[in-house]
Amino acid sequence: MVVTAPVLAVDGLSVDYITDRGAVRAVDGVSLEVAKGEFLGIVGESGCGKSTLLFAIARLLSPPAEIAAGSVRFRGRDMVAMDEDELRHVRWRDYSVVMQSAMNALNPVMTIGAQLKDAIEAHEPASSQKIRERSEHVMRLVGIDPIHLASYPHQLSGGMRQRAMIAMALVFSPELVIMDEPTSALDVVAQRSLMLQIKELQRRIGFAAVFVTHDMSLVSHFSDRLAVMYAGQIVEVGATRSVFEDPKHPYTKGLMQSFPSISGPKERLVGIAGSPPDLLQPPAGCRFHPRCPSVMPRCRTEEPPFYEEPADLVRCHLYDR
Amino acid sequence: MSYIARRLEFFVITVWAALTINFILPRIMPGNPGQAMLVRFHGRVSPQTIKALEVAFGINNNESIFQQYFEYLGNTLRGDFGTSLTFFPAPVGDIVKQGLPWTLGLVGMATIIAFALGTLIGMLSAWRRGGFLDAILPPAFIVISAFPYFWLGLLVLLVFAITLGWFPLGFAYDLSSSINLSWDFAGQVAWHGFLPALTIVITSIGGWILTMRNTMITTLAEDYVKMARAKGLSPVRIMFMYAGRNAILPNLTGFAMSLGFVISGAILVEIVFNYPGVGFTLLQAVHSEDFALMQTLFLLITIAVLVAVLAADFLTAWLDPRTREQA
Repeated sequence: MVVTAPVLAVDGLSVDYITDRGAVRAVDGVSLEVAKGEFLGIVGESGCGKSTLLFAIARLLSPPAEIAAGSVRFRGRDMVAMDEDELRHVRWRDYSVVMQSAMNALNPVMTIGAQLKDAIEAHEPASSQKIRERSEHVMRLVGIDPIHLASYPHQLSGGMRQRAMIAMALVFSPELVIMDEPTSALDVVAQRSLMLQIKELQRRIGFAAVFVTHDMSLVSHFSDRLAVMYAGQIVEVGATRSVFEDPKHPYTKGLMQSFPSISGPKERLVGIAGSPPDLLQPPAGCRFHPRCPSVMPRCRTEEPPFYEEPADLVRCHLYDR
Repeated sequence: MSYIARRLEFFVITVWAALTINFILPRIMPGNPGQAMLVRFHGRVSPQTIKALEVAFGINNNESIFQQYFEYLGNTLRGDFGTSLTFFPAPVGDIVKQGLPWTLGLVGMATIIAFALGTLIGMLSAWRRGGFLDAILPPAFIVISAFPYFWLGLLVLLVFAITLGWFPLGFAYDLSSSINLSWDFAGQVAWHGFLPALTIVITSIGGWILTMRNTMITTLAEDYVKMARAKGLSPVRIMFMYAGRNAILPNLTGFAMSLGFVISGAILVEIVFNYPGVGFTLLQAVHSEDFALMQTLFLLITIAVLVAVLAADFLTAWLDPRTREQA
């Protein structure tokens, strides 16, 4: 499937939160690849480590979180080995980040225009004329009247703020955009229109996207590939269609049963019994076994490796044949 | 702008309230300045003299309280605050005018320096939390700020003025020269003001360091700081424009309050350094029950606080666009 070298290759990445009771491994040995122009969705419930994984990839973790092992190769360079000063020059120009809530991610005391200008000036000297043209261009890209360059974040609606942040992320036409639930603060209608717009921009500009969300039905319409995370690990990864239509891992199956399908027949929503494990003492063997409906004796002791299915990789003993 | 209009409206009302309370308080207290003068001269004054004094002090019992009130308001607005008892027969206005520039200059400058320096140190120590600066400066200055003003002032005098002889023992300028606008005189003022200013700065800086450090630490955890890092901005720009500028906002009102109290807060410093400011004047006024002078000084303090808070409101409006909106 991936022909050229991947834009992003994460290998065995682990993140620890250092607490008084010891290190909590929030992300455990995650490996994934994102090809040029590919849209990778990462889904999982709250607290599964998906946002931590994302910020680890972007090298934006702050104490008490720290990368414990693994590498993040972006365009062939290992970002884990880079220091802040080296990172500064790669940031935004080559990969940018869109955060969950633009309300909190935009500086409340600076206009949108001033914050865009800051980002441009940090990476290349440009005349104010050029900065303005560039800013107006990206604002139009996301469908906001450039007049709002003079607005402060609190003067915009939630949807506009989110768009403004995406505009900011696209100002250098980066190769990779890392998105942390950029639509979760919006209502369903605004969510859908923003997703369509992100997808459209991706097609036009050609950036690769890593998109984290808890909303599987939302991302399934837009992503090329889907990774499902549970308790800090990826449990299933594959083409979106294949994961969505034929989920392999019992956890993915559970996720699929916990939201309604509009077009399909009326079914009772099942959900997943139990709650995510305490990462301070993760369960032995397969991390999902205490909640798994098809648990087998070996699941309690033996951690499953990835088993290769035709279109998927799945971390479950059921597929050991 | 409606925000500024509302602040101004509030300001006018509070000033009026302060003026009125200032008028009522002495009138519900027993005695009057004429009687106080009588006591001062141990009763050796004739009834005619008392009558004359009462006229001089403006105690006219024939006028109704309302007439007195409006006359008082008019006089105050014109800058006529009556006659001082302590410095009889000098008008109170002149006494205050003599002391005010010294106090404003010394304590005002010292307060501004303490705030600016303290905020900067607080910001830096939060930015490098647990670093060298953070481990030394905040605790050191907080310990020092627990020392009383006057004790530290005396210590500073002992070391730098008496033992080392680098600085003068007191007063605002050489008594041999008169007040004039020359570089020589300005140098004298700075030289005389150094020790009292130093005392104020080192005793008050700890509070500013601590408050700025705390708000800065909270601000540094905000998403927009993380976003600024993600944008690849220089650390200096992130520290000042993204973290610092947001962290300083809650401290501005406290700063304004302390600027307002510059006039009253300087009494101890002015006594220790024998500085000719209004704090020293206030002490004398209290000792000799000089109500006209006291009243004027209290009014001055109140108005100074109100003006400072008003200024802080404007400054906040300028720095924080959110406050400009309608509430």
